[in-house]
Amino acid sequence: MAKKDTTKKENKSSELIKTFVIDEGKYKTLYTKKYTNHKPWKATDPSLINAIIPGTISKIFVSEGDKVNEGDKLIILEAMKMKNIITVPYSGIIKKINVKEGQSIPKGYLIAEMEIKLHE
Amino acid sequence: MSLRSKTLELLRKREQYLQGGGEKAIEKQLSMGKLTARERVLSILDKDSFQEYDLFVEHEARDFDMSSKVLYGDGVITGTGTIFGSPVCIFAQDFTVAGGSLGLMHARKITKIMDHALKLRIPLIGINDSGGARIQEGVNSLAGYGEIFFRNTLASGVIPQISVILGPCAGGAVYSPALTDFVFVVDNISKLFITGPEVIKTVLGEEISMEDLGGARVHAELTGNAHFFATSEHECFEQIKKLITFIPWNNSRRALPFKPKEPHKEFNVEKIVPGDPKLPYDVRDVIRAVVDDSDFFEIQEFWAQNIVIGFARMNGETIGLVANQPLFLAGVLDVDSSDKAARFIRFCDAFNIPIITFVDLPGYLPGVDQEHSGVIRHGAKLLYAYSEATVPKITVILRKAYGGGYIAMGSRHLRADFVFAWPSAEIAVMGPEGAANIIFRKEIVEAADPEAMRKQKVKEYKEKFANPYVAAAKGYVDAVIEPKETRKLLVHAIEVSKEKVNTNPHKKHGVPPF
Repeated sequence: MAKKDTTKKENKSSELIKTFVIDEGKYKTLYTKKYTNHKPWKATDPSLINAIIPGTISKIFVSEGDKVNEGDKLIILEAMKMKNIITVPYSGIIKKINVKEGQSIPKGYLIAEMEIKLHE
Repeated sequence: MSLRSKTLELLRKREQYLQGGGEKAIEKQLSMGKLTARERVLSILDKDSFQEYDLFVEHEARDFDMSSKVLYGDGVITGTGTIFGSPVCIFAQDFTVAGGSLGLMHARKITKIMDHALKLRIPLIGINDSGGARIQEGVNSLAGYGEIFFRNTLASGVIPQISVILGPCAGGAVYSPALTDFVFVVDNISKLFITGPEVIKTVLGEEISMEDLGGARVHAELTGNAHFFATSEHECFEQIKKLITFIPWNNSRRALPFKPKEPHKEFNVEKIVPGDPKLPYDVRDVIRAVVDDSDFFEIQEFWAQNIVIGFARMNGETIGLVANQPLFLAGVLDVDSSDKAARFIRFCDAFNIPIITFVDLPGYLPGVDQEHSGVIRHGAKLLYAYSEATVPKITVILRKAYGGGYIAMGSRHLRADFVFAWPSAEIAVMGPEGAANIIFRKEIVEAADPEAMRKQKVKEYKEKFANPYVAAAKGYVDAVIEPKETRKLLVHAIEVSKEKVNTNPHKKHGVPPF
């Protein structure tokens, strides 16, 4: 971020001018830092179970290959002074567990992979 | 003891208390590149205007051997003074005394000066430089914070409240600045966050520096929590003083007028805006071309740069400016720009500052992250703020005013008093390309050369609808004006709106989409 009047510099750096499409109109403009850094959206894969909150795995209730039902206990994720019980979101088979008891994980960390079996 | 010797004793005692945390602590403060709390207060206020209160206040903590500890002023300086002759209440946390930590009496000093500010109806300036709650005082320090937040809220919209972050401001302490109207930060000095790097490291295993987590640049660029960014404390103080000249003492007054001054010749209003509506320009140059002395005092300059807000003067009177910025993201509205403009409009409305809006936008920013961040709710704040505002509202449409963007940007339909349009204005339901593709879909698809047909239909649509006259024919635009008349008409509009009376239905308060 330049503190001084940025306009002169911006006018010079015309290579930074991008094309921006709104309602099929093509506009010449600069991007903001936030816009440049934004990540494209990706659909979530329901067979992957990710951590909803950062914390520590204090207990794992299942093993790889277990057949589980929706609502079964998966792990206890200790976070914010609370033992959060994370349950299985869909019925199916636990294909892979990526965490160990005692491990600290960030938000979004892949805890387990499932093979979902609906209407069985 | 004679009065003379008693007075001497007072002076001796005062001298001792004015030392704050003592030589060593002061040295440490200076070595961090920071001024002392007292130097800060004296630099912001007019010379010899500072009157201090509660210098001899003592803390009452008894636990953890606190009773044996002497904390001069209990870590905060409070008082009244003037800035360019205008009165203000001020407090400054003193980091040299117990790290500026907030205990019960420290908080009491702050709430007392806040109560004064609200009673006296004068602005409040708070300088934050504190390690946080004084843990030894337990729940009493939490009570202190709560009582400060409560007063910030009551004073909101009655007196201007300014927060200056000149050191750490962490945990609950951040919420007092967040509740105030303007937050000033200084590079490498200000640090604002709810949970610090240590906690983040313990809980998440993520390592981040204080500066990257909650430094001045983060809040000026990324979060929008800061309104003014400076590279030194002295630059920051100049910004505060300048801001004070633009705003009134309280909500039943107007800002003090200045001597009118013509804009500088170098800003030629007819030479800034390109004829092609797809090309960018810096809308701040348009502002500088029409306001007094070409002096535009921008707020949140580095955050949500696709909209520009700030203060200036028209014929000596303070005005608030809101303008789409085609230089960034073509000037679209999005989550951040709506938040930025909406809050500013509400400040102007609360403090009797007329609002001038410059419009040139293609619409709202498309994108999954925008929709999923709630652009509906955030965008609605802008509609709410414009609709609710009863101060004079004058809108100038420079070029594009398409779709929802046209409505949101201070349109006639949201009770603008005057809507002017340049001949280059394009007021239409959407951009010509999009509109022609929908209206003439059949013709385009069935044409022998669809691309040629599309081009022709876009051209037809542009000629017929991309102009100010359709809206002028309905009275949605009051006057189509020559660009060079802009300043004259704005000055006139402000002049005739001085006695404007406009009220909202009686209510306790509205329920804006926060």
